Amino acid sequence: MTVLSAIVSLTLLGLFLGLLLGIAARYLKVESSPIVDELESLLPGSQCGQCGFPGCRPAAEALAEGSAPATMCPPGGSALAEQIAALLGLDLDLSDVKEPELLVARVSEATCTGCTRCFKVCPTDAIVGAPKQIHAVVADACIACKKCVEVCPTECLQMHPIEVTLRNWRWAKPLNVPAQSAGTGSNAVC
Amino acid sequence: MLSFFKTPRIRGGVHADEHKTATAALPIASDFPLPKKLYIPLQQHVGKPAEPLIMVGEKVLKGQLLAYSQGLISAPVHAPSSGIILDVNDYPAPHPSALPIRTIVLETDGKDEWVETHIIDDPFKLNPEEISFRVGAAGIVGLGGATFPTAVKLNMGRENRVDTLIINGSECEPYLCCDDRLMQERAEQIIDGVRLMLHGMTNSPGANLHLPEGCRTGRYGMKTEHAVVAIEDNKPLAFLAMLVAAEPYPTVNVIQIPTRYPMGWDRQLIRYVTGKEVPVGCRSSEIGVTIHNVGTAQAVHKAIRYGQPLLNRVVTVAGGAVKRPMNVEVPFGTLISELFDFCEVDKEQTARIVMGGPMMGDSLPHVALPTVKATSGILALTQSELKNTDEQPCIRCAGCVSVCPAGLRPLDMANNIRINQLDAAVDLGLKDCISCGCCSYICPSNIPLVQYFKYASGEVMARQQAQHKSEQTKRLIDARNDRMERIARQQREDELARIAAKAERERLKAEQEALV
Repeated sequence: MTVLSAIVSLTLLGLFLGLLLGIAARYLKVESSPIVDELESLLPGSQCGQCGFPGCRPAAEALAEGSAPATMCPPGGSALAEQIAALLGLDLDLSDVKEPELLVARVSEATCTGCTRCFKVCPTDAIVGAPKQIHAVVADACIACKKCVEVCPTECLQMHPIEVTLRNWRWAKPLNVPAQSAGTGSNAVC
Repeated sequence: MLSFFKTPRIRGGVHADEHKTATAALPIASDFPLPKKLYIPLQQHVGKPAEPLIMVGEKVLKGQLLAYSQGLISAPVHAPSSGIILDVNDYPAPHPSALPIRTIVLETDGKDEWVETHIIDDPFKLNPEEISFRVGAAGIVGLGGATFPTAVKLNMGRENRVDTLIINGSECEPYLCCDDRLMQERAEQIIDGVRLMLHGMTNSPGANLHLPEGCRTGRYGMKTEHAVVAIEDNKPLAFLAMLVAAEPYPTVNVIQIPTRYPMGWDRQLIRYVTGKEVPVGCRSSEIGVTIHNVGTAQAVHKAIRYGQPLLNRVVTVAGGAVKRPMNVEVPFGTLISELFDFCEVDKEQTARIVMGGPMMGDSLPHVALPTVKATSGILALTQSELKNTDEQPCIRCAGCVSVCPAGLRPLDMANNIRINQLDAAVDLGLKDCISCGCCSYICPSNIPLVQYFKYASGEVMARQQAQHKSEQTKRLIDARNDRMERIARQQREDELARIAAKAERERLKAEQEALV
């Protein structure tokens, strides 16, 4: 009899505490840190893993903790680094940030067999095609994640640097920097 | 004494050596031999490139439409002479990079045979809309060098309350004097063009009905009241000629303005002529002023009176390496090399080839490039005419600050750009820099200031595009994820339906067996 009452009381206690925990989980839910969300929305979102983290979300978490530098995202380049630094209020040294090399995938029509593997893995639907038809890459939508290059059985997908045209040509930065004046910043004349 | 308290009407600017004497006294040469081949780029204007409507091998007449304008801001391209279309392909563009641009190659037949044109007796009876339509169809763009389609500007003039039309005859760049000669020799045509433009900007009833209620600022039947032709005081002969030509028309004033670079910058000129300042980020038409070049006015005259599209222009060929400097009328698409042969340019001495003026023009890598609507001048400069590029540290003389016509602090901007702090440079007003080159010109330390600003402007643009692309990428990834989920759901439902159907079939089968 004593055994029975122990079982019943413990079961009831368990059920009651479980219910309490369930309610608490529902109504007292801890929201994820808004700064992480904001950082994640800045990051490219292609989950490419070039930063060493398994995806953009873990990278954003590391950034928010302060365990990763603002210049961590290679595809984002200095533009993204500046945005992240502005959001986190960090001082930024951009002198050794490498601008991302702009690449675009291109299909070699001679060797494409129309296997459709590449456009199944393309995260931005930048590859168009149909079975046994030659595929093509929409250059404007390609983000150079190289996923298609890995799956292509005939190596007909290759990355190429983006061609310079009149539309994307830019003036180069002047080279001859005098030794002393570089980096003086905007010091006022006193 | 009162003038002492007035705000100065000119801000910044420099007075560079004019170098105009070599060509200013010579009449416009019209004996340039017609080139055998013309290379006509499909984009000689701001906006979308024109779309060709001719076939390779087709015979075309002078003035025939070769490519039509696409979209709202664009301009058509016409055949500068008669002949046969040889090719439509990519050829080097007259641009500092000389990268390829889509170009029509026309082999001239030497007959210079005109397409049928319509002469109009009284163009002032035409609708204002008709005027700007014809100006647009004639491929006229701003000939001062900005190459903004003129018809679009006339339309904006109708849609806004524009009370002053300024005709820019300042030609403030050193070396250039094509506008000077044009005003001396063809003053009547220019004044006629100005009057036609005034007529084209008249706001006739119903002209702005397509605009939302609040935006119909112009009164019906409202007219742009007057035009001001502004000419720098270093061109007294042009001023006199224009004054005489404008005499019979009270709506057209001709005034002299001080000689100071960059007087021809639209905002500087507007400030001087009207005393109004165009706010940052606004167009001049928003404060009631529209500005056109004298060459554009002459082109409008030819297009409306004689139905002739824009086929040629006066180009100044000058510089230390030119033996016969001159102003010469050339058809668009003429290679610069042919122009240089005609003007006897010494190749050995040429250190730099510049299209446009020496202050704002672009240096070209070689001479196998065509002249286009924007080509106001081609300069072959010798080494001694170039600025010393031996860069020294900044000595904080603030010379660049005092000459900047836009009121910026060039040295601070350049220092920020040097360490890649582009956002800081944008905050200092990088976007208001007009690349006039006054700061680089005045800098005693030869710091390539304007080069920094050009680099930074391009870089800022590239970053905006990268930003835009990353937004687009996110959209594409989301769309793909949605689709994948939908497909997976669909497959699950199909699977369930299949299982259910199978169960149903088996049940029916069992029932039938039971009946038997």
